[in-house]
Amino acid sequence: MRLLRELRAAYAFIERNSNLVKRYWGWELVWLTYSIVEALAITYLGAGIGAITGQSLDTTYLILYLLVGTLVWAYLATIFDGLSEAISWERWEGTIEYTFMAPASRLSHFLGTTAFAIAYGLVRTLLILGVVALSFHLDLGRANLPGAVLVLLGGSLAFIGLGILAAILPLLFPERGEQMSYAFQALILLVSGIYYPVEVLPPWLQRLAALSPATYALQGIRAALLEGEPTAALAGELLPLVLMGLILIPSGLMAFSLAERYAKRTGRLKRSG
Amino acid sequence: MEGLALDVRDVTKTFPRGGLLGLLGPRRERERIVALAGINLAVRRGEILGLLGPNGSGKSTLVRLIATLLLPDSGQITVFGHDAQREPRAVRRLINRVSADAAFFKGLTAMENLLFTARLYGLSGRTARRRASEILARLGLDGLSLHRPLEQLSRGTQQKVAIARAFLTAPVLLLLDEPTTGLDPHSRREVQRFILEVREDHDASVLLTTHAMEEAERLSDRIAIIDEGRIVACDTPTSLRERFRLNGHLPSLEEVFLALTGKPLEEERCACSVN
Ligand SMILES: Nc1ncnc2c1ncn2[C@@H]1O[C@H](COP(=O)(O)OP(=O)(O)OP(=O)(O)O)[C@@H](O)[C@H]1O
Ligand SMILES: [Mg+2]
Repeated sequence: MRLLRELRAAYAFIERNSNLVKRYWGWELVWLTYSIVEALAITYLGAGIGAITGQSLDTTYLILYLLVGTLVWAYLATIFDGLSEAISWERWEGTIEYTFMAPASRLSHFLGTTAFAIAYGLVRTLLILGVVALSFHLDLGRANLPGAVLVLLGGSLAFIGLGILAAILPLLFPERGEQMSYAFQALILLVSGIYYPVEVLPPWLQRLAALSPATYALQGIRAALLEGEPTAALAGELLPLVLMGLILIPSGLMAFSLAERYAKRTGRLKRSG
Repeated sequence: MEGLALDVRDVTKTFPRGGLLGLLGPRRERERIVALAGINLAVRRGEILGLLGPNGSGKSTLVRLIATLLLPDSGQITVFGHDAQREPRAVRRLINRVSADAAFFKGLTAMENLLFTARLYGLSGRTARRRASEILARLGLDGLSLHRPLEQLSRGTQQKVAIARAFLTAPVLLLLDEPTTGLDPHSRREVQRFILEVREDHDASVLLTTHAMEEAERLSDRIAIIDEGRIVACDTPTSLRERFRLNGHLPSLEEVFLALTGKPLEEERCACSVN
């Protein structure tokens, strides 16, 4: 009975978020178009690099390199946003007190939110891939697709943990929490080698890169798709990702529940009335 | 004590003063805001207790503490024997709350919002839809409004949906924080009748805050008056008025309210317990 109730509670978030996507479909369409154009622009950068430098380069490789970066980042960022915005949306609408007053556990809350974020991220990323694939000739003949998917799953775990941690910010800082999580996300984008190898970064940023799960996700997926590395050879990326997930998710949940207690002690849940 | 829906004992609550002044300003600015200064109050099973008080006297703070949305500095709150701090989940299962601001996902329809709440409380979609239509019909809302985005509904209608949301989960203790604010006299009557019906049919207990004196008098079995975080009087509406009878004139509840609140604080304090 208890389990059924919690599952229904988790489903509440999936259904509500789907309803929101349906209701604001125009906004979704614009946002998707933006992401597609962005992906195309970055990929054209790869196609044009020969013309820019005047040297003959293997642009097919470069295009794929940049495309993988764009798509993996689009997906991971969506998961991160889906979780971190779980709280800021409700703050915005003023429903947060009602959600926190319900008998559902925070675990179900994040379970539902995560399930939706993953589905939403996958659909969006596949749509972007579809359009880009129409514009470029992509050769995935050598690719180890199952290996890439496995690494992507590992990356999802770690980003779920990061997203939960970021969701704490709008809980504690009603006015600037959301912006703080965007800044955090931008930092990950900078250090994780999305569009360039991390080796080009100054040493102190490279140290941060080693801490970012996105670094391993990108390395692993590129190795699988571009070099066709067999899955066994991806352990060097998979292990850190799974490990980060196993650490970040429970500590994210724990930190969130501490933050929730703090918010209830200091009266930060309320908006008005 | 058995049969108590709600028991509040010696509850205090203060808030930090936010901002730079709160940290570094003069001493007076650094002191915490005292919202509740030792509240004792109980609601019997099946009772409607009206809580009246000026703006900022601590009514909503008390409601939030009972709703497990705030943690008290000291004191204890129990709902049907469950401690709000130690067993918040058990308490949440028993309560629901309506506040004056109808907080919803405004782009979603009333039904979608209600469905969300129902599932959060572990109800099935079918049960939720049936109950939601029933309640809204009793509140005088037509079926059409159910399927329009909430932002397109009038404030009064939104407030009715907020009331429906609270009743949807069949709470045994209802926390109604200015539930009829913003409603026209017809709608207010409908909501008041509904509250009385639910109390009869479901044996629900109610803590009701309001600024409408006639509403408090019409609905409440007892009335507690709170001022600056203290209960200053608590009795049946009739006895409260009798107590202030002067030269044969029986004062209205409003006159009693005005006499009891807003004057310089004496250390007068009164418990609203029932033992
Ligand atoms: N989250 C909060 N943070 C800081 N101060 C708060 C918070 N909530 C309430 N207060 C303060 O506590 C006091 C009591 O507020 P409360 O909202 O409980 O009053 P109220 O009786 O409900 O008033 P009203 O009739 O206007 O709704 C006020 O001084 C208010 O400013
Ligand atoms: Mg209030």
